[in-house]
Amino acid sequence: MGRRVLITGLDTFWGGRMAQALESNPDIDVLVGLGTSEPKVQLERTEFVRTDQVYSVLTRLVRATQVDTIVHLFLVTDSTQMSRRKLHEVNVIGSMNLFAACGSAGSSIRHVIVKSSSLVYGSSAYDPTWFREEMPHSRPARNYVERSLIEVETFVRDFAEDNPHTLVTVLRFANVLGTDIATPMTFNLSRPLVPSIAGFDPLVQFVEEDDVIRSLEFVTRNEVPGLYNVAGDGRIPWSEVAAMCDRKLLGLPPFATRAAAAGLVRLGLIMFPPEMDSLLRFGRGVDTRRIKEAGFNFRYTTAGAVESFVQALRLRRTVGTSEPHYQYESDVESFFRHSPAVIRPSDR
Amino acid sequence: MSTGKTVVEKSQRAALIPLPSTTPPDPKVRNGTRLSDVDEWGRSEHMRSLVRQVGDPMYRWWFRVEWEGLEKIPTTGGALLVANHAGAIPSDAPVIMHGIERELGRPVYGLADYFFRTFPLVGTLWSRVGGVTAHPDNAFRLLRDQGQLVLVFPEGTKGPSKSFQDRYRLRRFGRGGFIEIAMRAGVPVVPIAVVGAEESMPILFRLPGVAKAVGVPYLPVTLNHLLLGPIVGSVLHLPSKFKLHVLDPITFDVPAGQERYSRSRIMEEAENIRQRIQDQLWEMLAQRRSVWLG
Repeated sequence: MGRRVLITGLDTFWGGRMAQALESNPDIDVLVGLGTSEPKVQLERTEFVRTDQVYSVLTRLVRATQVDTIVHLFLVTDSTQMSRRKLHEVNVIGSMNLFAACGSAGSSIRHVIVKSSSLVYGSSAYDPTWFREEMPHSRPARNYVERSLIEVETFVRDFAEDNPHTLVTVLRFANVLGTDIATPMTFNLSRPLVPSIAGFDPLVQFVEEDDVIRSLEFVTRNEVPGLYNVAGDGRIPWSEVAAMCDRKLLGLPPFATRAAAAGLVRLGLIMFPPEMDSLLRFGRGVDTRRIKEAGFNFRYTTAGAVESFVQALRLRRTVGTSEPHYQYESDVESFFRHSPAVIRPSDR
Repeated sequence: MSTGKTVVEKSQRAALIPLPSTTPPDPKVRNGTRLSDVDEWGRSEHMRSLVRQVGDPMYRWWFRVEWEGLEKIPTTGGALLVANHAGAIPSDAPVIMHGIERELGRPVYGLADYFFRTFPLVGTLWSRVGGVTAHPDNAFRLLRDQGQLVLVFPEGTKGPSKSFQDRYRLRRFGRGGFIEIAMRAGVPVVPIAVVGAEESMPILFRLPGVAKAVGVPYLPVTLNHLLLGPIVGSVLHLPSKFKLHVLDPITFDVPAGQERYSRSRIMEEAENIRQRIQDQLWEMLAQRRSVWLG
């Protein structure tokens, strides 16, 4: 019997991508996706279930579908996406219910994969150059996204302790750049003036969006348990990232930075969530030796991820936005596959 | 053949839904093109060479640096350099880093207090010229994984912040963390005694209240301030004669890579190194005829 996989956040960028990646895996029999709205990408065989963001139906759903793997992608790592309260609901309460459902008596769940973020390490002057997985954040988390993700990871730890026979995987991703993703980071890097904090030129690290999906797919396919950092090799100065994007730096004052940025944020010139304030001061680097030892190969280094982003940016500037357009191939393929008008070899 | 069948199935699916992401045609790693030579520690060889151009005349004609026992510093592999620390804005760190780079052609990474990074401009510049936050993991990586020379001042800020009347009296050597790192990394500790830094920027008195308000570890009023004014006096050192003496490297007969080492052993070794540097300093000072001429 093949595997039965459930994905949360099917309507998000990552949920859609991950479902597409898993659909091409013939070992997976059943693919169920939860989302609060319709998925935004074209999916072939993923079954979509509309739920609220705190998964109140999840226990029943797991029991009914007998899924063995849950890929928990609906964790918000960008505080500009929603209000503080909603973010708490999604990240903390959502994950709590999810783990409650996974851990209920007689649960069919064998493997839980959580897409976390390197935000759990925070960003401060006290940090090591490279964070290893077992290192705690150097200073107490100062913004609510970091706090909520740290809380989620404590649920994960508790769950792993209470369910020793269930595999638990947590991937902590660095800031993502790539061809399609839109975050405050990509917003800033695609405007003429890139915010920076005067006197600081932190070393930042990125992971390409393909490597994000590939690593999630890797741990799902090979059933790799554990806690892993996922990021491209190397760290590069923020000024160089801006230069690679052909952008000029806009130096915000090092004191009262957020107050100074607020006006520019209001004007829509930059995005400056609290987690970016500390990142643009001290940067962050994570050690990825552990996931490499587990057998995962990265396709992009940090500089490669920036380059991939820049090329997509240039392309977009020339040909406009790459909105999903009408794809006749898939309609035709679907006609060949399902229409009674087509005479198939097996029918003869 | 089962494998062949899977491949066909996969390609059929791929044809059905044209998605680029997970399987790009070229499986090679994309490294990207870097625009600067800043390494993972923030050090830039380009910035270093600029500093060398400015610093070399200073090193040769201002401080007239003289080394003794330079051959004791390993030319390959990691080693932890340990020295005494002095002067309101310590001139010993740049002198040692520049000197070893000049004489041995090896880069030196200098470990510094966390405080540096919080300070705009200073933190960035310090990082570009080879400064690294003094985190045990940073030191371990540099020494063990990358086999670099790492410079550390175990006195920390207690060294440079002491008053002039305490000159050349070594402060406490922290908690001996540097010994533990050297043990774990399996590298020798090379003690260096530095004479001259104390007189290059002597502290007359400190302003603890102002320092606390500004958020710096100490705020000194120096002789340089009195002689050269508040601005020039904050950056220009007096031309004291520098003499550096490299002592015999110390290797520890403990297995590398352990999680923890005996605390009493660590403290004993730290005290031993501290005493050796202190004794060497007394000897050098007994031979010194003039602060300015050596």
